[in-house]
Amino acid sequence: MSETQPFVFLGCLDLNELLPHEAHDARELVQQLEKVPVESIFCHTSAALLHRPVLAEAYPNDFSLWVGTEVRDVRLAERLAAVDAFHAGSMERVREELIATISDHLQHLGTAPPRTQGKRFRFYQVHLVPVPTGHQARTLTEFRDALAEVDVSALFYHTIEARYRAGRGRGDFAEWVGGVLARPDLADRLAHIDPHAGSLERIRDRHLSVLSDAIAGEAA
Amino acid sequence: MAPGALVKLDDYRQVAPRGTVDFLMRIGERLRGKRLLHVSASRYGALAESLGRVVAILNDLGVDTTWEITIGTADFDQVSRAVTKALGGTEQVITEGMLARLRETGIDNARRLSLDADLVMVHDAAPVGLVEPRGETGRWVWRCHQDLSSAQPQLWNALRPLVQRYDAAVFSLARFAAPLSIPRFIVYPAIDPLSERNREMSRSEQAQQMDRLRVPRDKPILLQVGPFERQHDPAGVINAYRLVKRHHDVRLVLAGPPPAPGGDALGDLQEAASHDPDISVILLPPDPQTELNALERAATIAIQKPLKADFTLEVATAMWKGKPVIGTIAGGIPFQMVVNVTGYTVETVEGAAFRIRQLLSNPELIGRMGAAGREHVRRNFLVTRHLSDYLALLAHLTG
Repeated sequence: MSETQPFVFLGCLDLNELLPHEAHDARELVQQLEKVPVESIFCHTSAALLHRPVLAEAYPNDFSLWVGTEVRDVRLAERLAAVDAFHAGSMERVREELIATISDHLQHLGTAPPRTQGKRFRFYQVHLVPVPTGHQARTLTEFRDALAEVDVSALFYHTIEARYRAGRGRGDFAEWVGGVLARPDLADRLAHIDPHAGSLERIRDRHLSVLSDAIAGEAA
Repeated sequence: MAPGALVKLDDYRQVAPRGTVDFLMRIGERLRGKRLLHVSASRYGALAESLGRVVAILNDLGVDTTWEITIGTADFDQVSRAVTKALGGTEQVITEGMLARLRETGIDNARRLSLDADLVMVHDAAPVGLVEPRGETGRWVWRCHQDLSSAQPQLWNALRPLVQRYDAAVFSLARFAAPLSIPRFIVYPAIDPLSERNREMSRSEQAQQMDRLRVPRDKPILLQVGPFERQHDPAGVINAYRLVKRHHDVRLVLAGPPPAPGGDALGDLQEAASHDPDISVILLPPDPQTELNALERAATIAIQKPLKADFTLEVATAMWKGKPVIGTIAGGIPFQMVVNVTGYTVETVEGAAFRIRQLLSNPELIGRMGAAGREHVRRNFLVTRHLSDYLALLAHLTG
């Protein structure tokens, strides 16, 4: 009998590198978006979960947040908030959508775009260092229990980083549950957890809820 | 924990976010045996205090961490002071001779010290020249704690080639960073929740300290901690207090170190305080950690209203004690707050007064913002996060 391949939970450290790109208005923002490395797009969209305080009402990516709070162009902020980094398919596609959204807005503006009232937009990229958490699982129950305990960065590493930057299928959790545990239905449910939940802790709670339901279903 | 007791990593379990200490231990396992060397020009002051704790905990984690001090002649102290001021934007006369002395002192110290490590982290400007004779082994990082955004151009032009001999530079804020051709990383400073300034303090000890400082606790207290200098705008804080006082019976406490000879704002403040028994101007003793701990705990609202500022960790120390903060957008102040959640940013005396009144009229908001501030600091501004950043840097640069 073959042994079940365990799921090894990795957390991650993140290190923010300041890039030599910045913008004072929407026109400069679009110019810089064309130049920055794609890792920077990831840093300011999907990876915003790593470095932003949790505010239910806040815009979901750094570009919309900056345009809304510093440039105070609410129309553009709302349109940028609608660029969904989690469903675009790739970070290059996210870049294209951001550029297209701002370019369209500028075309219809008719005047020079407003300049920032406060902070300029500074581009970063984030470097992740994976670190074993010491937790691993071979069964669904072990998986759920470990997930409740691991450092919250593991949620980022196995869902956001895996799926939206590293291109590891639908994320490590869904791939393991679907592939190793042969539970495609449950893998689907895990893959459909909305990363817009607001914070990594909320994403953890939603995973735990789905897993607990599945475990209860097995027992029934 | 008893004051002065030796602090271990395990002690942070009671204050850090859940799982943080275990995660740090796992990172330590991954980096065990790596050698990290810090070099600074002094073992005293705010930087040295936090670095001492960081070095101890890194060793506790298994990362072989040492801390060396550079030495220089008496005239070198003058040179490094002038260079530090000029990098901070205060106009200084910096001669070729002074720059030569900075480089020579770096080279002399490089010969004297053992700089063999996987990562050498050199703190601030005085020892910056250590890098000049560096060898091929090990990686070198310049950790600049200063705001370089208005550095004297002639000086910075002279120093930049030296700084670019490092593999990377680390700044406390993006807005403090100067343009460089090497990678620039951003690491926010942090507070130590177990230090004398931030440790838990019983009500009786707090009362004792407040009695010693002669601050009655009969009314809500507005507190600004900071130097009595015009750029910290203590006069603006008094004006905001006066606007508030028309509606709320409050006290104002301004606490700071005794100003250097010729300090410009203290006389005016003492004059204002002499006409109003509800204004206290407190000249803090040397190393006033216990006194500041008590004052921040006794405060109802913390104010930070400088016109120009460094990172200003006073914001995080007040938030850690559950206080809402009203601050300007100078330096690192807005980066420590979640605006409208843990406090407010303001640009004018009237704005400060309005926000203070708003909070005093809604005591439940004071509690809510204070609690949110403490949690925000727990996640983002404790020394445990600072350790993670240094470990990430070590892992990223040394593989």
